[in-house]
Amino acid sequence: MGWHGKILRVDLSKGTCKTEDLNKEWAQSYLGQRGLATKYLCEEIDPKVDPLSPKNKLIFATGPLTGTMASTGGRYSVITKGPLTGCIACSNSGGYWGAELKFAGWDMVIFEGKSKKPVYLYINDDEVMLLPASDLWGKSVWETEPAIKAKHQDPQIRVTSIGRAGENGVLYAGIVNDLHRAAGRSGVGAVMGSKNLKAIAVRGTKGDKPHDPKAFMKATEAGKKVLAENAVTGQGLPTYGTQVLMNVINEIGAMPTRNWREVQFEGAAHISGEAMHEARKSDGKANLVTNQACFGCTIACGRISKIDEEHYTVKTKPEYWHASGGVEYEAAWALGSDTGIDDLEALTYANFLCNEDGFDPISFGATVAAAMELYEMGAITKKDTGGLELNFGSTEALVTLTELTAKGEGFGKEIGLGSKRLCEKYGHPDLSMTVKGQEFPAYDARGIQGMGLTYATSNRGACHLRSYTVASEVMGIPEKTDPLVTEGKAGLVKAFQDATAVVDSSGLCVFVTFAWSMEDIGPQIQAACEGDWSIDNLLLMGERIWNLERNFNLAAGMTAKDDTLPKRLLKEAAKTGPAKGRVNDLGKMLPEYYELRGWTKEGVPTNKTLDRLVL
Amino acid sequence: MLKALQIEPVKCTGCLQCEMACSYEKEGVFNPAKSRIKVFNFHEEGRMVPYTCTQCAEAWCLHACPVDAIRLDAETGAKIVLDILCVGCKVCTIACPFGTINYNASAGVVVKCDLCGGDPECAKACPTDAITYVDADWTGLGRMRDWADKTATEQPQA
Repeated sequence: MGWHGKILRVDLSKGTCKTEDLNKEWAQSYLGQRGLATKYLCEEIDPKVDPLSPKNKLIFATGPLTGTMASTGGRYSVITKGPLTGCIACSNSGGYWGAELKFAGWDMVIFEGKSKKPVYLYINDDEVMLLPASDLWGKSVWETEPAIKAKHQDPQIRVTSIGRAGENGVLYAGIVNDLHRAAGRSGVGAVMGSKNLKAIAVRGTKGDKPHDPKAFMKATEAGKKVLAENAVTGQGLPTYGTQVLMNVINEIGAMPTRNWREVQFEGAAHISGEAMHEARKSDGKANLVTNQACFGCTIACGRISKIDEEHYTVKTKPEYWHASGGVEYEAAWALGSDTGIDDLEALTYANFLCNEDGFDPISFGATVAAAMELYEMGAITKKDTGGLELNFGSTEALVTLTELTAKGEGFGKEIGLGSKRLCEKYGHPDLSMTVKGQEFPAYDARGIQGMGLTYATSNRGACHLRSYTVASEVMGIPEKTDPLVTEGKAGLVKAFQDATAVVDSSGLCVFVTFAWSMEDIGPQIQAACEGDWSIDNLLLMGERIWNLERNFNLAAGMTAKDDTLPKRLLKEAAKTGPAKGRVNDLGKMLPEYYELRGWTKEGVPTNKTLDRLVL
Repeated sequence: MLKALQIEPVKCTGCLQCEMACSYEKEGVFNPAKSRIKVFNFHEEGRMVPYTCTQCAEAWCLHACPVDAIRLDAETGAKIVLDILCVGCKVCTIACPFGTINYNASAGVVVKCDLCGGDPECAKACPTDAITYVDADWTGLGRMRDWADKTATEQPQA
């Protein structure tokens, strides 16, 4: 059936839960998850609303392939207006929670208003209720999950929750399910915290059925075979995780280092995927314990790590001696390369804390990096930091700031507001490596030109997951393009953006696109859902979703001026590596991109475009 | 040749494809809550472990059943529940030392692995060969071979 046809609307102000029929017409135009929830959000809130006010809404949405045997079919997204950017925020997570929501019979949960006291939502199939969470407030994700399971005497409950970061208004707080999988970016956890909503606990026993089971089994089986036989999804990702990229990106000179002052990190090998496999000198064990899959995923890129018990960060803290989510590439980069730190054990500890209290290691690490640059140039002093020395490469600074940000104490409070607000406060807005207020991920746009356009035009602020042209420009997927060339990148970015919007609306993980084209994905969606899901129709839908998000941002007050990059990327040339001497030539790509999108020179979709997309 | 499910936890990634394949085969729906095989996640040690009925030769469940609803499938060696006879008394669930036979409230009968009549869906769905269907007399063969290899490699050469 693809959809259960049922959504849950929770009014936190009134304390009510109501069942609604899913708008089937919208489902045919927006599929599910990112697309469909964005449609609901755009119809229901004023784009100018304060993201942290009760008037903002928070939607948890599954896709039609969530909770099925399609490989990676376990994703859910959280859609809201984001507090970090003021743009549409849409953050996607794996683990097991999304599938459980689907199994309980719900396509989507919409939260509105604000609860007077902390609450959590409990869903057991059709039984739904808001329950008091005052005893959970102030607790971490790692304390909240077991506490809820114990309370209901049901170890099979799946929980998604915020930690102290979300409660304390860290603007890049995430929502964490299954202890270490997160809807991590754009501050969706801060919105959840602003509503006094601590967690959603779900137990689902109804299951899910595709529209055409026979065709579905055939299509998903074929898809799994393609993933298994592909070098990236069959070998690279399960063995090294996304960390397979650390050495590769460093070698091509696109590894942002020390707040993007440099493009290669001398310590990259020490914090790479390969290093996670090596026996440590101290205890002879590897940092990596195993790889782990999310629900339904036959790739299994997740990293499960154990910190060296003798490492000073945890030597006196046995509560951190167990295995949990290890560093992925983005986290290793932000916490490591961007701050100039090459201590894998310290990065793993910082990553554990990000999961434990629910905040985005990308935005956090990048904000620490900005603070380090401000400190080294004297704009921030020890007086501001509470006595902490914030030099690049200082593991102690990173670890202390991670602990302070998790707890919302001291200088951690300022770090929790993100690099844009930090750099503005201390008089150097240019040093914030952000677009629309969101911190960059781990690819230098001087060495990978298409990523500059990706960042500048991403609807949720700087992000690699909106159009991962690294696939083409570095890995040659689906075909190799030169990372230093700007020609053709406008079309490449648009194509990736539209296709990614489809994947993000389906319940699948975007990593399948390393191996799957729309020819692999289309038949799986078609077999799962009623309606016309031809590839042409799907790609048109992807474009529709992109324009819907764009229109939301324009109505929220964004303009073409916000489609830009920090001066450092546009004016300061890369100092080493293959991109030496290059800046990002955004100006050569952006006008062509607007034109290909059918937007005016001011970046506004024309009426003709809106008509074509039935918007 | 009698075959048996061989489970190698070290290869399991926790994807739950086996649970979905099982529930789809038995109930026509993707639904881990209705699966006869379960994957347990020992998160703090980083271990995922699939577990299901091992089809005991002298099956406790079979002997405990007061209405003879559990029978031996001579072809596969599986102990199977005859729904039409099962009265849902759950005595077998108490008798089983491993917990692999359980009551299904919506059906009013107990459910357990029946090896899908000799072609187990969980094994076919497992992407990492953590679950395989092999010669019942040699479920240890693969591990034996690995150790044999290790022994040979580590022996000092003359």
